[in-house]
Amino acid sequence: MSQTSAAENVILVLSGKGGVGKSTVSTSLSLALALGGGASSNNSNTAVGSRGGAKVGILDIDLTGPSVPRILGVSEHRVHQGSKGWVPVQRTAAVSNAEGVATAATEGSLGCMSIGFLLKDKGDAVIWRGPKKTAMIRQFLQGHYLIIDTPPGTGDEHIALVENLREGWNVTGAVLVTTPQDVSIADVRKELSFCNKVGIKVLGIVENMSGYVCPHCSECTNLFSKGGGEALAKEHNLPFLGYIPIDPSLVSMIESNVPAEGATPGDGNTVGGYVAGFPESGVYEVFQTVTERMIANIHAKGSK
Amino acid sequence: MRWFSNAAISRHENPLGLPTRLKTPSPQSNPNITKGLPLKRAIPNVKKVIAVYSAKGGVGKSTTSVNLATSLAAKGIRTGLLDADLFGPSIPLMMNLVGKEALLTPQNNLQPLVNYGVQTMSMGFLVDENQAVVWRGMMVMKAIQQLLWQVQWSNLDILVIDMPPGTGDTQISILQQVVLDGVVIVSTPQDVALADAKKGITLFSKMSVPILGLVENMSFFTCPNCNHDSHIFSPPGANRVDLLASKLGTNVIARVPLDPLVCEASDAGKLVSSLASPKIGAVYSDLAGVVCEKLGL
Repeated sequence: MSQTSAAENVILVLSGKGGVGKSTVSTSLSLALALGGGASSNNSNTAVGSRGGAKVGILDIDLTGPSVPRILGVSEHRVHQGSKGWVPVQRTAAVSNAEGVATAATEGSLGCMSIGFLLKDKGDAVIWRGPKKTAMIRQFLQGHYLIIDTPPGTGDEHIALVENLREGWNVTGAVLVTTPQDVSIADVRKELSFCNKVGIKVLGIVENMSGYVCPHCSECTNLFSKGGGEALAKEHNLPFLGYIPIDPSLVSMIESNVPAEGATPGDGNTVGGYVAGFPESGVYEVFQTVTERMIANIHAKGSK
Repeated sequence: MRWFSNAAISRHENPLGLPTRLKTPSPQSNPNITKGLPLKRAIPNVKKVIAVYSAKGGVGKSTTSVNLATSLAAKGIRTGLLDADLFGPSIPLMMNLVGKEALLTPQNNLQPLVNYGVQTMSMGFLVDENQAVVWRGMMVMKAIQQLLWQVQWSNLDILVIDMPPGTGDTQISILQQVVLDGVVIVSTPQDVALADAKKGITLFSKMSVPILGLVENMSFFTCPNCNHDSHIFSPPGANRVDLLASKLGTNVIARVPLDPLVCEASDAGKLVSSLASPKIGAVYSDLAGVVCEKLGL
């Protein structure tokens, strides 16, 4: 079966632990890359200008709980079949140049592919056994970056994913997401062991849900402890990509849709609240730093 | 230290590496290829079995399971806790049993480890904590079978099964093989989790397991500095967990607030009631009461 060319950089987002925010981090990373985050560092591999956004694809292979379409606000869309396979749903993240005008050269884009698009009813559970799940993992996207959001664990989906990717592509590396507490770190350690076993380079560790700032009095409480992710990175001599605090407006952003630019009210042309709100959100800068460090590690020589 | 999974025994038939015996008293050895579904059986020496479940990861199943089990034990109920998450077993850490190894009984069954009055079994007692379990479906199913049928529980009134998230092999295997007296569904308030909670309820209903109720975890956070309530994981508007519960014909049987001390207790393997506010200890104690009442214990 012939494949279209794979993305220049294929990055897995992994965690041994469920509910640490892999989908949110994957989506945020993809948006940050599409908006040009990290483009200021040396990225001669990408074809975009030094201030432009990248062409990014995000692939959600969590078969039992595909969250990415919901976060992007595209869960109402249905994917359609093109001549080369499923065509992803596109969202364009326009970046303005100095005059405030979006130009082709600065425009990044984000394409999204998810098993969620193939489910008719959002309430359906995909209750499949191993072999059928394995057969479903055959999606691919073109672009500068392909971010793959995975379910937690080290079972069928992961084994199948690595085997399938190995058939034709190079996996650039993996970003591991954890929350700060020991219970999560314990599971993420296993994920590190998985990466070592299958030879995936770890591009870095992200410590998510690290601190909550009370919107009322600005006191920061470490709801889920603090520092575990950074300590894990140090322990294994891996890059630490950053602390991501809990953004109080995250949930309401995700659950709202706003009219797209140029849309008339009520015409159904909407953009996910998170996509619209991300550049102004409290975590945008954090993710710019995360992507910069991640890209630096992609190009770093001499790592495993 | 002897780790079972390193034993040089046929791994696929015996993923946990337990010594084989002449006649294994378990259901059809390969439910996938024998005709029809495996027969559901009751677990020996256990009166009632319940599952704690959510399709979504990270909502607090293990935290709920551990606190429910220890609260039940504190009421004098003979309680067992089975950690069915092969890939990310959290129970040993929360029960302060990390690094302990499961031993075998003279009948070559697994001997549960005990702490806080609860008999416990977990993959974490059988595999090195740094080791990833990189197994495909068939081995996962076999391992679950061993954890279900080859643990020597000692006269339990109730066994709480902490299920892993998802709707895959582990969940299907357990549902098809074990007679379950009820399921507690755990969710956080946001839609992403509730959508999965709905799937979980559908799954268990399809398999005729009574839904004991919903636990709303991480429901809100009270700032210790200014006492302002933040509904971090709730969208504004009506309480969606309540809405989902009434839509599906069940109710919310516990609401657990977000408290950093719960995380601290879990990480330290201490009882929540010993570290966190008495309010939270009472929430879990009340939950245990509701579960007992619904099961007739």
